[in-house]
Parts: sequence; C-alpha cells; structure tokens
Amino acid sequence: MLPAHLRNLARVDAEVTLEVAPPATIGATLDALEARYPVLCGTIRDHDTLQRRPFIRYFACQEDLSHQGPDTPLPEAVLTAREPLIVLGAIAGG
Amino acid sequence: MSKVRVLVGTHKGAFILTSDGKRQQWDVSGPHFAGWEVYHLKGSPADPNRIYCAPSTGWHGQVIQRSDDGGKTWEPVGNKFSYEGTPGTHMWYDGTPHPWEFKRVWHIEPSLRDPDKVYAGVEDAAIFESSDGGKNWTELPGLREHDTAKGWQPGAGGMCLHTIVLDPSDPKRIYVAISAAGAFRSDNGGASWKPINRGLHSQYIPNPTAEVGHCVHRIAMHRNRPGVLFMQKHWDVMRSDDAGDNWREVSGNLPTDFGFAIDVHAHEPETIYVVPIKSDSEHFPPEGKLRVFRSRSGGNEWEALTKGLPQSNCFVNVLRDAMAVDTMDDCGIYFGTTGGQVYASADAGDNWAPIVRDLPAVLSVEVQTLA
Repeated sequence: MLPAHLRNLARVDAEVTLEVAPPATIGATLDALEARYPVLCGTIRDHDTLQRRPFIRYFACQEDLSHQGPDTPLPEAVLTAREPLIVLGAIAGG
Repeated sequence: MSKVRVLVGTHKGAFILTSDGKRQQWDVSGPHFAGWEVYHLKGSPADPNRIYCAPSTGWHGQVIQRSDDGGKTWEPVGNKFSYEGTPGTHMWYDGTPHPWEFKRVWHIEPSLRDPDKVYAGVEDAAIFESSDGGKNWTELPGLREHDTAKGWQPGAGGMCLHTIVLDPSDPKRIYVAISAAGAFRSDNGGASWKPINRGLHSQYIPNPTAEVGHCVHRIAMHRNRPGVLFMQKHWDVMRSDDAGDNWREVSGNLPTDFGFAIDVHAHEPETIYVVPIKSDSEHFPPEGKLRVFRSRSGGNEWEALTKGLPQSNCFVNVLRDAMAVDTMDDCGIYFGTTGGQVYASADAGDNWAPIVRDLPAVLSVEVQTLA
C-alpha cells in the first residue's frame, strides 16, 4: 500500500500486488516495487545506500517494521496477500 | 497574436497562467504536483512547449517532471543526483567539516539552444547537467572540487546553488551563485570555475572582501549584453561590466539594499528592477509598502513603482527566483510573493495588478512569450 504522492507518481491505485521470489524480505519487496515502477526509485529509499528515507515508515500486521533491516522476512499474512505491507509517509510538519 | 505563459512554483505545487498579448485576462491551471514543493520550473528557450519542473517533498525527496506540451501533461524523468567521486566536506554552521549531501534542486536552467540539455543547481551546492531531457543527471564536479569549496558555509536557507545564468553569446560561459559562497564563472562549459567576487563587500564576515564567502542572492543579465551583470546580494545591489571580474555597488537611493529578486527589462539593458526587503531577519517590505524599484540608468538612481501594489500593511516577501520579464513590445514584469499573489505590469512597471492572488507561498516565477 502506497502513500498518495507515490500513487500519483506511479499512476497506480493505493494497493499494488507484487510477486516476490523467496525469501520475500522487506528489501526484496521494495526491489520488486522499484523494478516495476522505476519512477519510485529514490522516493522510498536512498538511490545509492538503499536506506529508508527518514520520514518513510513500513507497517504490516499492526507492527512497525521500519527499523528492521532489509533482510527481515515479511510476515506470513503479507506473503499470502491477506495483509498489506504499508509504506507510509510519517506525520510530520505543520 | 503573441501569448504569455507564466510558470509559478509554490510551496504546494506548480501553477501555469496564460494570457493573450494584452495580459489583462488570465487563465490559471493547477495545482500541478499538488502538495509538492516546487522551488522552480522553467521552459526551454529552444522549444517552449518543453518545461522542466523540480518538485520535492520531505517524505519522498526530489523528482524531476517534464512536459512536452506546454504544461498540459507531465512525465517524471530522472531524479538521481549523485555527486561524482567521494564528495568530501564543506564547512558547517559551527565551523566543523560537514559531508556534502544532496537535499534538493533549487534552480533548473534549460539550455538556450538544445531542448534536451538542462542544468540543475542543487543543495548542497553543485551543478548537474542532463543531455537527454532530464532522464540522467551528471555532476559537473569542477565547481564542488574548487580549491575554496572546503571552506564554503551554508546560508540560513542551506548551502544552495540557486542561480544559473547562461551566456547567449558563448555556449561555454556559465555563471552560478551559491549562498553563502558567492558567484562563480566557467568559460569552458562547466569543467572549471573561477570565483568572481572582486568588489563585493560583506561586512560581517571575517574578511569582508574575501575571495569567497559572500551571500549572493541573485544575478541577472540582459541577453543582448551578456558581459554586464546585475546582482542582488544579501546586502547591496551590484553591477559588473566585465563579466563578473569586478563589481561595484549601485544601490544608490534604495530604501534598503537588502532583497532577493533582480531582473532586467527585455529591451532596455540599463533598466533594472529590484524589490527592497527590510533587513535580513524581518524579510518584508519597508513600512509595509510593497514597492518595486526601477533604475533606468543601470543602477544608483531608483524610482519606486507603486501603482496597483499594496501600500499599507503588506508583510510578504519576494524570493530570489520569483521575478521575471516577458519579451512583448511593451515589456511585462512579473513577481510572486510569499503571500500567494503574482503581480504583473504590462507597461514596464508603471502599473501593476495581481493576476492571481491566493496561491500557496510563491517560490519562483518564470515567463514565456509565445508566438
């Protein structure tokens, strides 16, 4: 699930379904997302370091996965498409 | 009949205003890229339907958008701005070394001749170029690798390269300005750069006449006289008659010599415009009166232009990229404010009217005169 600015940029609906080869980690999922929508490169992770941008968060199954490493496997419910991986623009500013 | 297209970058998107040559009735389209900060957008002089735009947000960083139909539709192009090699450090506010980090594009300058070629001035200060319509960006590292660069410090708005001026008579000559390093010139297409700050005097830096360290706000040039440059510095309005090698102050009778924007009449190379702003902390017009000042003598003697502009309780700012001119026979002057108004004069500044008045804070204004 993508935030509004990125939906507009990639011209997609809120939810994008991806097939990710195992092991389906956070990093591999974002790799697949950027491969399908190259316009999103650099908007979620830094181009070069692939570090999460500071105001982006990753949520799934009521858990904050933002501080997990890119090699962290996604929860089973996300792998089976019962729950989304939510990429969120953190509330910031005024 | 000619048309005029005004490109407005704001704190929350881009807007495009169009009018016929009379410039009385304006159509407004936008917001384009709603919610994104658009520091700058500018059309290609070689193909006016091609417009480059630089939206960014704190969440998602920088993107570059390109239109090939005059701003009706847009395509995202390349947004990867990687410094060449190991970028090293510049000086931070506290005097310690700080790594060079890309933050955003401040200014985008299309080539005068080739619609696929475009330059970008970025924070932390560097200049990038694209030769494929914005898809791929390559740094011209000679500027950031200049001997003085380790000592460059940011201004209050960050260490930004905010001004790029291309010489119409010499495709190899480029001028840039950086806050707070100063002005630089390249005579070889950006391969190497020379500080051009002789004559600038910045009283609060340790050496007021240092080679670099000056907070230059904006440089303007008339296309038919590219060796003459006008500068709005943090304090002082300056003029150079030798392509920036030497500068002299032409602030004259301005009520304050602080300001951001400066531009030159399209047909009169000695007629220049500034918007004086009170002090470096208050950032609004003196006495709450929004006045454009015009000099018809290349500086020193200035007249206040007030007809149609608010002359009481006006506390907006006019930022460095927020003034532009058209090339109609009766030269039009345009500027935008942090209060969201864009004012225009169709008679070289004698009379003004808002052409739109409730936009988000205006960050930049560019004008295209279309056949």
